[in-house]
Amino acid sequence: MRIGTIQIEKRQFVPLRDKILNPIVFVIFGLVFSSMLIIAVGFNPITVYTRMVSYSFLNLRGISGSIKAGLPLMLCGLSVSIAFKMNMNNIGAEGQYAIGAILGGGFALFGPDLPITVRLIVMFLLCAIGGGLWAIIAAALKAFWNVNETIVTLMLNYIALLFMDYLCYGPWMAEKQTSPISATIPKGMYLPNIGNSRINSGIVVAIVIAIVLYILFKYTTTGYQIDVIRNSLKSAEYAGINVKKYIFIVLGLSGAIAGLAGFVQITGVVHRIQAQLPGGSGYTGIVIAYLSQFNPIAVIIIAILFGGLENSCAAVQIMGVPSQIATMLQGSIMIFVIVGEFFNHYRVYINRVDQKQMKGVAQ
Amino acid sequence: MTAFIVSICAAAIVYAVSILYAAIGEIFTQRAGIMNLGIEGVMLMGAVSGFLVVHGTNSLGLAFFTVILVGALLGLIFAFLTVTLKADQTVCGMAFLIFGSGFSGFIGKNVTSIASAVKFEKINIPLLSQIPIIGDIFFKQDILVYLMYLIIPLSIFYIYRTKPGMILRALGENPAALDAAGINVFALRYAYVMFGCAMAAISGACISLSYTNFWNEGMTGGKGWIAFSLVAFSGWNPAYAVLGALLFGGISIIGINMQVYLPGIPSQFYSMLPYAATVVALIITTGSFRKKHTEEPAALCQKYDRENR
Repeated sequence: MRIGTIQIEKRQFVPLRDKILNPIVFVIFGLVFSSMLIIAVGFNPITVYTRMVSYSFLNLRGISGSIKAGLPLMLCGLSVSIAFKMNMNNIGAEGQYAIGAILGGGFALFGPDLPITVRLIVMFLLCAIGGGLWAIIAAALKAFWNVNETIVTLMLNYIALLFMDYLCYGPWMAEKQTSPISATIPKGMYLPNIGNSRINSGIVVAIVIAIVLYILFKYTTTGYQIDVIRNSLKSAEYAGINVKKYIFIVLGLSGAIAGLAGFVQITGVVHRIQAQLPGGSGYTGIVIAYLSQFNPIAVIIIAILFGGLENSCAAVQIMGVPSQIATMLQGSIMIFVIVGEFFNHYRVYINRVDQKQMKGVAQ
Repeated sequence: MTAFIVSICAAAIVYAVSILYAAIGEIFTQRAGIMNLGIEGVMLMGAVSGFLVVHGTNSLGLAFFTVILVGALLGLIFAFLTVTLKADQTVCGMAFLIFGSGFSGFIGKNVTSIASAVKFEKINIPLLSQIPIIGDIFFKQDILVYLMYLIIPLSIFYIYRTKPGMILRALGENPAALDAAGINVFALRYAYVMFGCAMAAISGACISLSYTNFWNEGMTGGKGWIAFSLVAFSGWNPAYAVLGALLFGGISIIGINMQVYLPGIPSQFYSMLPYAATVVALIITTGSFRKKHTEEPAALCQKYDRENR
């Protein structure tokens, strides 16, 4: 295809170096673009960025804080990315997280007095089941009636969060409380931090899931079949792959992982149920999943960076910069990485030679 | 009792109009073969930009113009990503959702929850507003509603009765055929995406400049998604989108009013109604158990690439 003297050509093979370098370059472009928006609002972007980076990443306390904040993001990112792996747009991680937290947290608050280990295991399972079931509503609608899962999962977010609001403002609200929070869970169920750091030991859950998913997608038949479904639904059906079964498995798993974010956050950080507990993690998970190109190991790393980004808002809020800067940066980074993706698929030439040749012909 | 029903109907119309702009815009965009999932983000940008201008200048006209401009600009970017760069439309939509909600919160932080001095006020249309009941419901509204009364028949006429409308329908069904006939598929898609985004931005303005007169982060509260599902619900036909919007409007308004009469049920459950209704409506209208010819544009969400023709 030729547009004037710009020539665009499809690339057949993209070297690994380009695959990694390309998003990094365009993340920087995204930051440059956002800096213009920051200037427009009246702040100095260089000061803003340096403060953010030094707060979150240039000291040990900051780094462990970033990892701590990144933990629920890791699980949401993993949740979204496995759904995306099969071309399912699960944008309901937020709601699945909430329902997982409600079910598991409810057990921790009101469950029978079993040994602590048993209680933790049951709570873990209930969080996963809660998130999984919430996602399976969308999976069932998709599998049986081909209803768009994107809208259903999103609508279920609002319903889940409103239900959580109801519980936290209503029956579960702690006594002598004016804010929408429940009582704390039993002390014994608190997950300890690793060593002296602020990092919650729940991170083990995220890392194990990431490794399992990595192996699942790389080395198993299941992973391969999911890959086939993504690339061509028709060939998958032709090859006899039970697509409906996979819709249930993948969305259920995706929801379960998001529900586990509720587990690590309640047992490790907040120790209670509170309204708006997910706080947008589900949506950040979408950005993380996309940036990682659905690679589970990359999800972990990017989630830590995004955890730092969310923490660093506090550093610039003192200057008067609105905390929404984090979401804005995420959005613009995502848009620019999408642009960058184009250059992985196509090569753009600028043809100056062409004009000279044309002149030569004219003479 | 009559007064109560009239007030509910009038409020339902206001609610319906606030999602109809976005829904009709999206119908045009999707008919052109592009799916914009980011309506919610565009609406928020429209709401905040309109409010900022009104807050600064007290000029509603200027605000309205800015809103359209902001929407069209966002549409231009979206079209660049999806039409020129052929990026995945779902992913772009989500990026817009996140960017829109973040950026609108960012620039609107300083004016959060401040009431503006002016907003689109209700205007009584002479004579027509005198008609009992009907006048009270339909003709004591603000100018954005009256504008919608014009847009509904015009959009139906445009899509089904004009030549550009026919080209628009073909654009979503078989762009390659249009291209072969010498029509610039890329330029048209740019135009319709920009139109759709501008309309979505007006939807946002309905919320911050007419429904209320303040700005709050995330104040559209999922209305963009309701508009989005309305498109599939309507079978890509503005006439049915109107019915659907009135239905959603009625459900939400009745929900809000029921709170007063049945306070036993916590308010959160009433707030869930429009979202639950959206899911139910989506199942009924798009569920594949209804074996009928689907109205969905065949080329929807597929990137048009001349080399793959």
